[in-house]
Amino acid sequence: MSITPKEVRRIAELAHLEFSPAELERFVGQFQRILDYFEQLRQVDTKGVEPTYHGLAEIPEAGAVRPDRNQPSLAPETVLEGAPKARKGYFRVPRVIE
Amino acid sequence: MEREASRPACEICDLSIAQLHRGIRKRQISSVEIAEAYLRRIRSRDPKVQAFISRSAETLLEEARALDQSLASGKRAVGLLTGIPLAVKDNIVTRGMRTTCGSRILEHYVPPYEATSVARLRADGGLILGKTNLDEFAMGSTTENSGFFPTRNPWDLNRVPGGSSGGSAAAVAALEAPGALGSDTGGSIRQPAAFCGVVGLKPTYGRVSRYGLVAFASSLDQIGPLARTARDAAMILQVVSGYDPMDSTSARRPVDDYVAGLEGDIRGLRIGLPAEWFSSGLDPRIEAAVRAAAAKLAAAGCEVVEVDLPHTEFAIATYYIIALAEASSNLARYDGMRYGHRSRRAGSLEETYRNSRNEGFGDEVKRRIMIGTYVLSAGYYDAYYLKASKVRTLIKEDYFRAFERADVLMGPTAPSLPFRRGDKTSDPLEMYLSDVYTVTANLAGIPGLATTCAYTPEGVPIGLQLLGPHFGEGRLLRVAHVLERELGLVRPSLALGA
Repeated sequence: MSITPKEVRRIAELAHLEFSPAELERFVGQFQRILDYFEQLRQVDTKGVEPTYHGLAEIPEAGAVRPDRNQPSLAPETVLEGAPKARKGYFRVPRVIE
Repeated sequence: MEREASRPACEICDLSIAQLHRGIRKRQISSVEIAEAYLRRIRSRDPKVQAFISRSAETLLEEARALDQSLASGKRAVGLLTGIPLAVKDNIVTRGMRTTCGSRILEHYVPPYEATSVARLRADGGLILGKTNLDEFAMGSTTENSGFFPTRNPWDLNRVPGGSSGGSAAAVAALEAPGALGSDTGGSIRQPAAFCGVVGLKPTYGRVSRYGLVAFASSLDQIGPLARTARDAAMILQVVSGYDPMDSTSARRPVDDYVAGLEGDIRGLRIGLPAEWFSSGLDPRIEAAVRAAAAKLAAAGCEVVEVDLPHTEFAIATYYIIALAEASSNLARYDGMRYGHRSRRAGSLEETYRNSRNEGFGDEVKRRIMIGTYVLSAGYYDAYYLKASKVRTLIKEDYFRAFERADVLMGPTAPSLPFRRGDKTSDPLEMYLSDVYTVTANLAGIPGLATTCAYTPEGVPIGLQLLGPHFGEGRLLRVAHVLERELGLVRPSLALGA
């Protein structure tokens, strides 16, 4: 599959990233080489093969649910210590609705 | 043995964890003495090696003093790691101690909680020596992609230490730490262990809790030890392993006695050499060293057989599609709102997200987020992510078949000796290809161990890799332990001063 600068810009938008025109040009080439390399998977016959999404099948009782009980968690003020901006027990963020 | 007033750093720093443990148990050496020796050693060597991002000498010495007091008063029993200061890769969170993940976006992040692996070290009486450098978000194979500075290979400062746990591997190799924790998503413990001539173990997925490991690819990530010997690695693994209710993927299975298991018999053990791993692209010096090690195991009573891993050529494509898809999803959380870097440039919410991420992430991380976003995006999901997830099943089945014929697989860890600095920075795909022997263990969830099997005439270490079936890490440690004895390698001296 061949990738265009326009498509890279669209992906950047989805990923909340931005590239300068020079970066974009370099990037499109690298992107294309990597995607070309991924193409080799087409050669593999995967008819009837179930996908593996995680390693849980081999792990005793992994992913088992536990009873949903109230448990101690971090105090709000502790969590907010790492916030770039916080006020009165809340994270401060830029205005969302104009 | 009489207590000396002040032992030179070189003497204490030459001791293995097992030897230090014996010294602590017999009260021949104190936690403070060990901590002071390593702090001196780091001061003298780390300006050259640059393995550490953060250290906290005062806290360490305070904790060591408190530990010595509780040991003297008999209030605390001596655990395997009591009084041992360990280095921790800086993508494993430490409460109250800065955790950067090698990224500008987390440059000032002080975690409000502790990773379970670190909590287990501490509960056993282990101490945290410092936080080690890595490729940003563990994405890289050289530790040159750190957002702060590159780490050097202690055996040759013009070579890379490997990555992404390059800081942990270099610290152990330079005798700046007796042992360390790293993380391995596609080889990030094993490849730097091989490049730096230490032992590195990626446990079975689910053996060590991932709680507090900054997520890269959640179905592949695993924390494990780096140390100078198989015994030391076994001691660290013993302490950090086990079920954790905070990680729903951790295994409810008792932890084997890895330390006692070292002494088990290996006669009759079948060692499988994957035919596909000894094909073109492998440095002949590495092939010769690995085959020589196999011959030593045969002489020690093992049976060496050949096995097939027919989907090896598809390993890199499969791994990178899955790893980057998961990474793009995991790294979506860095938006500058709740923690981490927020751009000072004024703007709307959307602009603030974008500017914070653009300023905070380095090139390789952006590249991986982009590719991951692409392979998951509408219209491409089936061709890339779903396809790769099916090939992942085939790769796993290759291993199941191989483990019917062999108890342990053995091969190279990396196709080449440690890269020269700057060699792999220009072409990302070239760097990805060097992960061919390590990524499949993560895709299959099986344990893998890297250790040293030779040194070049210039004193550069050559590593080999052992792979085992799920929860077979004890067997890997035992084989590595026997290899140390059978090979009898003499460690060359480092040209790094005191």
